[in-house]
Amino acid sequence: MARKVEGTTMTEENQAQVTPMQQIEPQHHADKAPRESLVTVDDVTVKYSGSTAVEGVTFDIATNEITALIGASGCGKSTLLRCINRMNDLIPGAEVTGTINYKGVDLYGEKIDPVQVRKLIGMVFQKPNPFPKSIYDNVAFGPRVLGIKEDLDEIVEKSLRRASLWDEVKNRLNSSALGMSGGQQQRLCIARAIATSPDVILMDEPCSALDPISTGRIEDLMEELKTRYTIVIVTHNMQQAARVSDKTAFFTVNVNEDDKRFGQLVEFDDTEKIFTNPSDQRTEDYVTGKVG
Amino acid sequence: MKSIGASAARNELESRHRDFFERGFMLALIFSLGIGIIALVTLILQVLVEGFPRLNSELLTNFPSGNPEIAGAQSAIMGTIWVIGVTAAFTIPVGIGAAIYLEEYADKERWWNRFIELNLQNLAAVPAIVYGILGLAFIVRGFLGLGQTVLAAGLTLGLLVLPIVIISSREAIKAVPDTIRQGAYALGATRWQTVRRQVLPASIPGIATGTILALSRAIGEAAPLILIGGLTFITFNPESVNSNFTVLPIQIFNWVSRPQDEFRVLAAAAIVVLLVILLAMNALAIFLRNKYQRKY
Repeated sequence: MARKVEGTTMTEENQAQVTPMQQIEPQHHADKAPRESLVTVDDVTVKYSGSTAVEGVTFDIATNEITALIGASGCGKSTLLRCINRMNDLIPGAEVTGTINYKGVDLYGEKIDPVQVRKLIGMVFQKPNPFPKSIYDNVAFGPRVLGIKEDLDEIVEKSLRRASLWDEVKNRLNSSALGMSGGQQQRLCIARAIATSPDVILMDEPCSALDPISTGRIEDLMEELKTRYTIVIVTHNMQQAARVSDKTAFFTVNVNEDDKRFGQLVEFDDTEKIFTNPSDQRTEDYVTGKVG
Repeated sequence: MKSIGASAARNELESRHRDFFERGFMLALIFSLGIGIIALVTLILQVLVEGFPRLNSELLTNFPSGNPEIAGAQSAIMGTIWVIGVTAAFTIPVGIGAAIYLEEYADKERWWNRFIELNLQNLAAVPAIVYGILGLAFIVRGFLGLGQTVLAAGLTLGLLVLPIVIISSREAIKAVPDTIRQGAYALGATRWQTVRRQVLPASIPGIATGTILALSRAIGEAAPLILIGGLTFITFNPESVNSNFTVLPIQIFNWVSRPQDEFRVLAAAAIVVLLVILLAMNALAIFLRNKYQRKY
């Protein structure tokens, strides 16, 4: 199986090599053309207090695409997502090996400040987690910690508009964010993430606590957002991955010789291929609903 | 499962046996609650009745005197306010700071942090008189050598309630959901920004409640202050933190021990004043808790 992963990676690397030439021409119209890799994940292993959570993951995240990470519970997809903006640093005992590059810079390099990483790579969580403050203050929090004092109104409006929430809340910006519906709260969290002008937005099962209508709105929103941002989404919902993503990474749970469970990447490819013609039997079993 | 007849079913369903215990237990609970309430009400009524003749403005405006007719508790009331002011100024920043360190910064895997945690619980249970000895040895004399002053008394009481402030502040900080911290970190906030702008504001109601309750404990303390030399007969208000002082509990202690009945009336009236201050502080704590109670 390791070979398979490597194989996938090779194609990705090849694509990355093609990109510089293509860059000369405007890219946006080239639907099927390979895009530039923004983040590269190379042989990443995460351990919590010595026991492996996810092992040897390698894949590339392309600019202005939506990359979905799917797989059964415990396969390490959320763990891996949290490595990309160094949120795992906050967990005592977490240890990340391998390299994650952002625009060619090693995010785990010695001089890298995780706080700066998180400004460029924002995150939206599984459960909407608005701050117990006003809607305005929620969105303004990011810019404020960056030291921005001017044009806050403008940033807040722009972010709320991009999260397609502005029309619903423009008359109650000063009321508590906790009074909003779950779906609104999650879009507020997206607006909050956008407000710091990140490059990448990581979404950790952003719809799992929402009803289908709110989920639909967030999925539409992701389609709009990908013109400006690069999105990585972890989801339990395979239909969601199929609907919204360009690339899909399928993870599975393995058991090592000590009977401990750990996650591994099985296959990474275009979403269309993963769902219609996967190379690995385990992927096929999962996406067709035979397991999981 | 075997089938049972109607009468057997009735027997099974009407479990009188359990009913008996339910009621017995409830009675026991009401009884224990009753003891507490009756004791408190009796105490309050008794001091109210006894102190009623002297519950007037002279109690608040006059200074102590050998003549019970004109004696008042102004220096004690002012002394209490000064001492508690110093206690609050010392214990609130130190206590909250320690709580933030222990909750947000300390690595709980390290033995010394666990050691500090364990000892906080112990310190909270140390008798007040021991803090009095500590205050006498290190604050009044010895290391700090502040003398028998408002400052020394405030610091001693501060040490006394510090563990309570730390423990209750930690509980308040712990009650802030981790998702709030994660949200702040994910937006590129530093640890200090996360604490300062999210965790502290969200935990302030809890911290305020715990701190006020701790201070209201300090207000009622007499033992440690007698030990560090709070005077029992002072006819002037404190002018600075370096003044000599007396406080309400010491004044009450003094009056109760006098042979004349009139002084006992005076003591009862002073107890009412002390109770009013305590109840007012507790009411403020409850008000703050209800007003700022948050749901996440």
